[in-house]
This record gives sequence, C-alpha cells and structure tokens, in this order.
Amino acid sequence: MLLYFIKRLAGAVPVLIVVSGIIFALMQLAPGDAVTMLISDEASEADKARIREAWGLDRPPFIQFLNFLGNALTGDFGMSFRYKMPVIEIVMDRLPATIELAVAATLIAVGVGVPLGVLAAARPGTAWDAIASAFSFAGISMPNFWLGILLILLFAGYFNILPSGGREPWGLGVEHVTGFLIIDSILAGRWDALGAALKHLALPAIVLGTNMTGIITQMTRAQVLDALREDFVMTARSKGVSEARVLWRHAFRNAMVGVVTIIGLEFGTLLSGAMIVETVFAWPGIGSLLITGISSRDFPLIIGLVLVYTGMFIVMNLLIDLFYTLIDPRIRMN
Amino acid sequence: MPAANPLLTLENLNVHFGNAKAPAVKDVSLTLHDGEVLALVGESGSDKSVTVKSIMRLIDHQGGHISAGRILLHQQNGAAPLDLVKLSQPRMRALRGAHIAMIFQDPMTSLNPVMTIGAQLLEVIQQHQPHNTDKAKATAIAMLEKVRLTDPAGRMRQYPHELSGGMRQRVMIAMALVCRPRILIADEPTTALDVTVQAEILGLIRSLQQETGMSVLFITHDMGVVAEIADRVAVMLNGRIVEQGNVLDVFDTPQHDYTRKLLESAPKFRDEHARIKAAVPDAQRTAPILAVRHLSTQFPVHSAFLRRHVANLHAVEDISFDLHPRETVAIIGESGCGKSTLAKSLLRLVPSNEGRAFLNGQDLFTLTGEELRHARRNIQMIFQDPYAALDPRMSVRQILTEPLRIRGLGQTAQGSDAALQELVAKVGLPKGTLDRYPHQFSGGQRQRICIARALVLSPKVLIADEPVSALDVAIQGQILDLLEGLKHSEDMALLFISHDMAVVERVADRILVMYRGSVVEQGPARNVLSNPAHPYTQRLLEAVPVAHPRQRFARNAASAVTAAPVYPLGMERPLARWKDLGEGHRLRLDAGLVS
Repeated sequence: MLLYFIKRLAGAVPVLIVVSGIIFALMQLAPGDAVTMLISDEASEADKARIREAWGLDRPPFIQFLNFLGNALTGDFGMSFRYKMPVIEIVMDRLPATIELAVAATLIAVGVGVPLGVLAAARPGTAWDAIASAFSFAGISMPNFWLGILLILLFAGYFNILPSGGREPWGLGVEHVTGFLIIDSILAGRWDALGAALKHLALPAIVLGTNMTGIITQMTRAQVLDALREDFVMTARSKGVSEARVLWRHAFRNAMVGVVTIIGLEFGTLLSGAMIVETVFAWPGIGSLLITGISSRDFPLIIGLVLVYTGMFIVMNLLIDLFYTLIDPRIRMN
Repeated sequence: MPAANPLLTLENLNVHFGNAKAPAVKDVSLTLHDGEVLALVGESGSDKSVTVKSIMRLIDHQGGHISAGRILLHQQNGAAPLDLVKLSQPRMRALRGAHIAMIFQDPMTSLNPVMTIGAQLLEVIQQHQPHNTDKAKATAIAMLEKVRLTDPAGRMRQYPHELSGGMRQRVMIAMALVCRPRILIADEPTTALDVTVQAEILGLIRSLQQETGMSVLFITHDMGVVAEIADRVAVMLNGRIVEQGNVLDVFDTPQHDYTRKLLESAPKFRDEHARIKAAVPDAQRTAPILAVRHLSTQFPVHSAFLRRHVANLHAVEDISFDLHPRETVAIIGESGCGKSTLAKSLLRLVPSNEGRAFLNGQDLFTLTGEELRHARRNIQMIFQDPYAALDPRMSVRQILTEPLRIRGLGQTAQGSDAALQELVAKVGLPKGTLDRYPHQFSGGQRQRICIARALVLSPKVLIADEPVSALDVAIQGQILDLLEGLKHSEDMALLFISHDMAVVERVADRILVMYRGSVVEQGPARNVLSNPAHPYTQRLLEAVPVAHPRQRFARNAASAVTAAPVYPLGMERPLARWKDLGEGHRLRLDAGLVS
C-alpha cells in the first residue's frame, strides 16, 4: 500500500518535467519577457541587457530549461523577478489559502450535489427531479465571475452580512502555524477568528463550488438511476429491505465509483476556476498570484505555480484511486 | 401428491405496464399448494417473470401495476387470507424475504458487488428477525452450510466476485431461505449456469424443499428442468395460462397445442429415436483435412503486486486430433474448459505456445504474411451470438463481400451478384436479403447470415462455437440441419463446440471431451455418449435434465470443484497416456480426475 503510493508519486516526476517543458516552451513563444514588463521603458538598452544577463535570460532557452530542471531537483525553483524572493517561499505562503478555498468548494459541491442527485434519482420525473435538474443546469451554466459579483452585491452590499473580499479582517492576530486560517483559529482557541474566517470563506467557496455542484448532481442522478436498474436492487427489494436502504446502501454505494471519478476530473476545472474567483474576491491564494506572474512575465514564478497546480491535481487523483479501492472491492491497487 | 392446502392463490390477475391498453398478464389464475413445486413454463416473452414479480409486488418498481384480480396469501393460523394486491408497500416489505422469497436468473448480477456475502445475508436476517448480531451471524453461517458451501464462515467475508456462478446462486438461495419463508419463487434460477452446475442447483432446491416443506414456484422455459423438479405445471403463452396440471399428466397427455409444441421441440438427449452416428472405420477414411498435434496455449498469470509473471493458465494443454472431410468433431465441456481457446488458437487469434496444426498439409503455425492469409481462407468460424457478430451498420451484401474485399477478391466471380444470391439461397435466406440490414432479421436468420459469411470463401473447415445456444429451441434444429447439409454440399469438415449434450448427440461423428484444458476422453459419438469412460464425461452426461418426470433420480446437491488449470512457471505436465477402449474410443489415464 505504502509502496504503491511511493510508486505513484515517483511516476508523477516525469509528468512534472513534461509539464514544465511545455510551460517553458509556451513562455518562449509569448511576446515580451520579464525585462520588458518590469523595467521602465526609459532604461537604456545596455541596462536592459545587463539585467537580462543577471537573470540568465540571455542564454539559449534550452540551457535555461536545463538550469531550471537541475535547480528544481534540489528544491530550488529560483527567484521571482517581480517579488525578489525565492519562488518556493512565495508559493508556500499563499498555497494554504487556495487549498482551503478548493477544499471548501469541493465539500460544498459534494454536500449539496450528492444528496440532490440521489433525491432526483429516487423520484425520477417528479417535481423534485425537475427542481434538481434546473438547479444543476443553472450551476453548470453560471459563469463564476458573474455569480461572484452578484453575490458580493447582494450579501456584502445590500444585506451587508458577509465581507466582500479578502481572507481575514485586519489585525485579527491569529498566529499562522499551518497557514490554514480555520485550523490555526481552532488551534489558538480563537472562536471569533474562526467565525471571521468562515464568513470570508463562505462566498468564494460557494461561487467556486457552484459549477461542480451542478455536475455532481447530474452525475449522481445518472449513476444512481443506472444502479437502481441493476439486478441486485431487485434482490434487495425481494429481501424486504426498506426503500431508503435500497437507495443508499445498495444503489448509491455502487454509483459512488462514477461520482468519485467525476469529482477527481472536475477538481482540475475547479482549480482553474479558483484563479478567477480569487481575483474577484481578492483572495490571497496562488491563483491571483499566477495572474500577476503572467502579466509580469515572471518565468520562475509561473513555472513554480503551474507545477504546484499539476501536483495538486496528481495528489487529488491519487486520493481518488485510493477511494476506489475502499468503495469497490473489485478494484485493486495495481 | 400431498394434501392440497392452498398457500397462494392468484385470481384473475391482470398486470398493465404504464399506459399500455393491453395487459401484459391476462386473467391469470393459479394456485400454489403447501409443500409443492409448481413450474410455470413458457418461452421468452410469455411474461412469466412479470407474473411472479407481481406476486412480490416488485412490478410496482418497474412501471407496472396490477389492474385487476387478487393475490391471496393463505395464513397458517386460520385467519382470513391476505390480499397482496391491496397491501401497502411497508406491509409488503415485511412479507418479502420472510414469507415469500425470490431467487433470480443471473447470479452474476443479482448480488451486490460491493457488499460482502455476510453483510448481504445479515441484512435480510436483521430486517425480519430481531436477533443480536452474534445470533444472526450464526444463523447466516448455518444457512451457508445448508446450501453446501464449503468454508461457510470464510465465505461471510468474501465478496461476490470471488465466487463462481454456481456458488453465487447458492448464496442467493441461502439469502432467500435464511428467514424460512413458506414460499420460494425461483425465476429461471439455472438458465445462466453450466449444465453440471444446473444439476447441482436443481438437486439443492429439491432437497431443501423436502427438508423445509416450503412451496416452490419455479419459472423456466426448459421442459427438461420441469421434468426434473416440478410436481405440477402451469403453461403460459402470451400472458395467459393455457394449461395446468400434474406434471405426469402434462407430459403424458398434453391438452393444449402449445404444450405439445413445447414438449416436441424440447431437446431430447438419449431419445430412443435419436440417431447417433456410428463410427467410421479408419479404413474408409480419407486423409484428414485438419490434423492438430500437441497443441498448447497458455496465458500468463500476473501477480497483483508489480504485475510479475508468476504462473501460467494452461488453457489448452497438449491436444491432438484429426478432422476428416465431411466429418463433424464435437468438442464438449463446461465454460472455462478451454474449448473456445482451442478454436481461437487454430485461427491464430490467440498465440499458441506449442504444437502444430496441419490444414491440407500446411502447418498453420509456421505460416506468415500472405501464406497465412491464404490458409486462413480455408478455416472459418461462426460464433454463439448472432446479434453481436454482425455489424448493424452494414448491409448483408457488405457483410458477405467484406471477407472477399479484405483478400482483394471483391471483383471476382465470388463477389458477383449471382454468386451472392446463390449463397443466400443456399443458407435458406429469402430473396431480397442482400440489401437489408441485420436488425431486420430474426436470431435464426442472423445466424444464417453468419454462416453465409463464413462460406463466402469456400472454407474446408468450419469452426462453430456454440452456434445454436443463443437461439430458441425450435430454431436450433433448423440451423443444425442447415450445417449438416452444407457439410456435404460444400465438402467441409465441422469442428463443433458445444456444452449442450442433446445438440452434440445430434450432430457429432466424433467427440472430444475437454476438462481443465485437456482432452480426457475421445472417440466416436456413439461410444462416448453410451459408454462414457471418464468420470468427468459421466458427470457431464448425468447432468443433462431428464426428458420425462418418470426418469427422475436423486441428484447430488454438493458441488464438484473445478479449479482453473493454473500451474507454476516451468511446470512440465507429463505427456498424455491413453487407454484404448476400441473403435478409436480412448480414455486419458493421467489427467486430473474429478474429485
């Protein structure tokens, strides 16, 4: 089991190398570099050339890439051109915010989407089913920047009960141990801080989770409907098992493999959605950082961030695979 | 027959689906008595299954509803009978599994794949009996023992996919009977099983019925199964009961035409009128068209961890036989015995490890490229499922000319309209067939199209892998006659793979009996069928359902274990030693015997 995980994680290394290669190539193709974006137009060509040399941008792209790979393998992802800080430090400082947001959004999506989907499948063709369908299609088709702005207007502006952006109020003074504000607040026993953190998290998490909620609802409904048509459901009913048990214990457990698969796949979409949501809500995560990085052609920062995103997606799917083996005894780890 | 206390009475039952005007089940009246086995017989589509699912009120979940009639469950304590039609679903639930239990056709899909056998058994016990967990567990294990499963305590922790089909059906029976219901409804419980497993399961249901005194409502399409198990018979046609009565009366003096038709078309094994072909003396034989020598095909078995190659599945082991022109050699054995792998090896659809196969003197296994393509023309195959074997988007003309086009013969005389018309007529298909599509044909006609496709290259050898087992009994005979005729008119030899003894008896000149990858007995059909020498052959023949209830005998309900022939790497199996029983009938002496 442990060996399996080590094997899988080792298998991720080539993926990460290929991804960084692709990013590197794309950045070479994009017009402009960090010097044109970050240095004043009034600087002399000689000065610009000096800076290019200092940042290593004058060397052939392939050499730059090999340099990067060599350093990356020792854990050094270089210095950010813009922030003048090691990339790893900046990323580690802001990663918890994004993970917190992504996990909260996924929990909301699963917590709402799964029951709604099962309910719709249990009563196909009824009003419940129609409501669930309408809700999920609205969720799937809603652009999240638009929903975000709408909710800010409503809850922060009109009702004024939730903050419009940011992650915590100024001067909250909770020590950052893990970087996850919710966990840190609980560790410090600061319930006021926990409440504040949750209030800040609520809108961005809901907005980010909306799309996934819709997809999970649809997927759950379809999978449970299929499972309900299986022979073993007939067997369960012939045993005198209650409908609720037939639905959850027999049909839903068998439908879970499909639902979990879609959660894994949608997690990627969710991460890209997080960039927009983080920008709308001024959420200090790596998504907004990446957008800043791209606009300033901050190559080391961009590659570092893309690798973090790739890593998160790989880890999520590893967890999904682990989950498969828990729900379906026919699936073994190999 | 025992005292006729009615236990369950169906009165003028009508079942409708959705908004359909015509009922699916029409005016069915039926009585199940205490302690009897009542068989409900009819062909597919006669709505037998709908009828019994109505009794359980399971039909409510499939979009059906009972539109008229009563289903009376008689009480033991003399209280007024319960009308199941009027019961609410919660009250119905209390009866299901406790008073009336049900087992289904396909044991592979009828158990929940993600729950252990134990959890599924305990679920029904705890639903109906307020036991504590330990007591429920003890009850469940005792029940698994009763259905003759080995290691019942260990089975509790296993998942369905770890058990064979026969074992799963035993689990289903255990689950149905664990709360001691008075009525067991068995919906084609042996149809999906091998013939030897079918015999075991029938024996098991019979003996449990006698032990517990329960009543059994047994649904089947197979008159042989009826002859094996029923006390009384009800015959169903298009949702109506057309005849019912004592099993002996129905078999001896059937009243309705349809019953007579069912009895006549039932495959009859060892019927006195059957003509088993006599052995052809070797002297009269020509040279074999296909000679197979020491053919072995193994599949690697990988470990779960790191996929190391740890063992080999000896699917086909050291098989030698000759096939002469215009001869039919039948290969018989249960699923998993390697008969289909043997066929695929001959076509080189799977790679073989050892052996030679001479087709017309050419070794099929050494040919490559153009030579192989050319040789393959002479050996063609037809498959079990004519529904899956034809591309639905190709017209019959395209289907028939495809083998020619692949070989660059599309423009030759064989591909001409006249030749195709002749071919279509030869396999008994109507005019105008060529430009129609597979879905416009019945199962039997589709199998004829498959045969025509195989014939278009004028092969010398036709391999038929269970060619009639997916067809209705009446159609089976026609296809078998067609193959027999074509053998002579087209000068072909037939390698016929089947598990159905009645079919084999009808077509085979010689028989090879396969067991766990090896041939254990071979010889002329008459000798093998009338004097089976190997215990496995004997078990296979004994398992065939009897043709008449009077020939019934007590069947062993325990299962014989047939493990897959998996051996460690580098394991050399000894060469086959044969005992000659005369007339070419030979018994293998050293192969793994049936325990």
